[in-house]
Amino acid sequence: MQLSLRERVPVDRIASGREALGEAVPRRALRRLIVTEARLAVREPAGLVWGIGLPVLLLVIFGNIPKFNLPTDKFGGERPLDIYLPILCAMVLSMLGLFSIPGPLATYREQGVLRRMATTPVSPAAVLAAQLVVNLMLAAIALGLILVIGTTAFGLSAPQQPFGFLLALALTAVALFGLGLWVAAVATTGRAAQAIAGAFFFPLEFLAGLWVPRQIMPAGLRDVSDYTPLGSAVQALQDSMSGTFPSARALLVLVAYAAAFGYGAVRMFSWE
Amino acid sequence: MTAGVMSTSPETVIEVDGLRKVYGATVAVDEVSFEVRRGEVFGVIGPNGAGKTTTVECVSGLRVPDAGALRVLGLDPRGDRAHHVRDRVGVQLQQSAVPARLKVREVLWLYASFYENPADPDALLRTLGLMEKRETPYRKLSGGQKQRLSIALALIGNPQIAVLDELTTGLDPQARQETWSLIEAVRDRGVTVLLVTHFMDEAERLCDRLALIDEGRVVAHGTPAEVAERAGGGKRVRFRPSGPFDDALLTALPQVSTVARHGSRVSVTGREDLVNALILTLDRAGIAAHDVELETPGLEDAFIALTRHRASTTSNAEG
Repeated sequence: MQLSLRERVPVDRIASGREALGEAVPRRALRRLIVTEARLAVREPAGLVWGIGLPVLLLVIFGNIPKFNLPTDKFGGERPLDIYLPILCAMVLSMLGLFSIPGPLATYREQGVLRRMATTPVSPAAVLAAQLVVNLMLAAIALGLILVIGTTAFGLSAPQQPFGFLLALALTAVALFGLGLWVAAVATTGRAAQAIAGAFFFPLEFLAGLWVPRQIMPAGLRDVSDYTPLGSAVQALQDSMSGTFPSARALLVLVAYAAAFGYGAVRMFSWE
Repeated sequence: MTAGVMSTSPETVIEVDGLRKVYGATVAVDEVSFEVRRGEVFGVIGPNGAGKTTTVECVSGLRVPDAGALRVLGLDPRGDRAHHVRDRVGVQLQQSAVPARLKVREVLWLYASFYENPADPDALLRTLGLMEKRETPYRKLSGGQKQRLSIALALIGNPQIAVLDELTTGLDPQARQETWSLIEAVRDRGVTVLLVTHFMDEAERLCDRLALIDEGRVVAHGTPAEVAERAGGGKRVRFRPSGPFDDALLTALPQVSTVARHGSRVSVTGREDLVNALILTLDRAGIAAHDVELETPGLEDAFIALTRHRASTTSNAEG
């Protein structure tokens, strides 16, 4: 009886988690948690396959299609490959956010891993932190590969607005990882997390322009895309590539999603 | 809370006073009070759903009590210094696990890093007979091995108190025996053990003192012998009568509380001085008692007697 009742985590537990993360968690505990999560990311390689493998593979395939290397008027004289680089970058972050973060966390809660952690001096919040750090590392590897392969093998030029590009990437990462944490918070099982993530994935990628780039979307659809996390991410990244600092609207949309998902995740996350 | 109101004697390591925990409309734990002394094995026993786990979850700081005072090693398990409590209290709970693909060695080293003054993981693995499973992923362990790893995790922080919840549920008899020996070994290391169980043989063998909980309340409290005594206590005599007699002959005696017949044998329970009165009365009626067995009812009997109201609607016919 007592265990079947799912008790929402009281706010004071999260607060004490923050306190524990701040000072009481020995550095070695956090370091070892990160190493552990990295090991598990290799043993259960959803993040590696979908977050790194697939976007990099798509870049190599697109780069080898002759038409993708020819400038077209449709894209204002840019090559389709130039248009797709930001889309693939956004894809990396959404893949990690949707398929690498919520599944393991929901499974941890389902199996009692977080419950087990809650009895130690280290708060289960440290597991979340370690998860996020490992996924940021995966993101850095994937984005680095895409930029290096794109510039060296396929003649792409580096972003004209490097700061704007990095800012847009950072905000996209926060928004999409926040979405992942929110999915982990609402899903009761690992399977449910996968299902919810899958339901988000296709609309997000479609509105990011994975199938129909934003430049050739019907105006109405592009207006919708402007207000989705990946649509605004791609717009901000494409602007930075071609030398325009990302628009305030695109950045604010990302900030708003980051805040909303982050708040929802913190409010709804329970350790059991 | 009520800091400083309760006096903590040096002997007492856990104080639970008037604990109450409510889930919605269900009162899981009500007015539960007990004290655990340093170095003992203290049992929290009772039927499934009695509120045992909720009680130890509150003691472990996992749940916030709705009322009552808790002191673990003199500290509030959810107060400012809660992490000191967690550092010194090792907890093994039901329905808790570690990541499926993590190896035994990795799990232990990870958990060792959480504590200020951890035990040596390899020494612990050797003690718990898991040395040859060092490189085995958690999901490939047997039930008994998972339980032993769980005990190892409860001990990895070199705790002063170990909370062990339903350790032997689902284990085969041999694994249970081994687990019992392990708990005794833990106690012999000077660790105070708070043991939750619904197995009375386990409680009888391991516990120095215990609290019997039913429907969220403590119904008996003390050493296993005292609790057994409280629940009717006294003696039970079984014998084979040489001829027929009326039960009323015996139930009329002030020393007798119950009379039951099992085939040709009669089982009588009652006060300590039951035997003499019984034999004399039968003798006066011309009945001899053969194959007399005398026993002291154990915890199992106390458990059934004290939690009987659950089954009372179905067994009314027997009186």
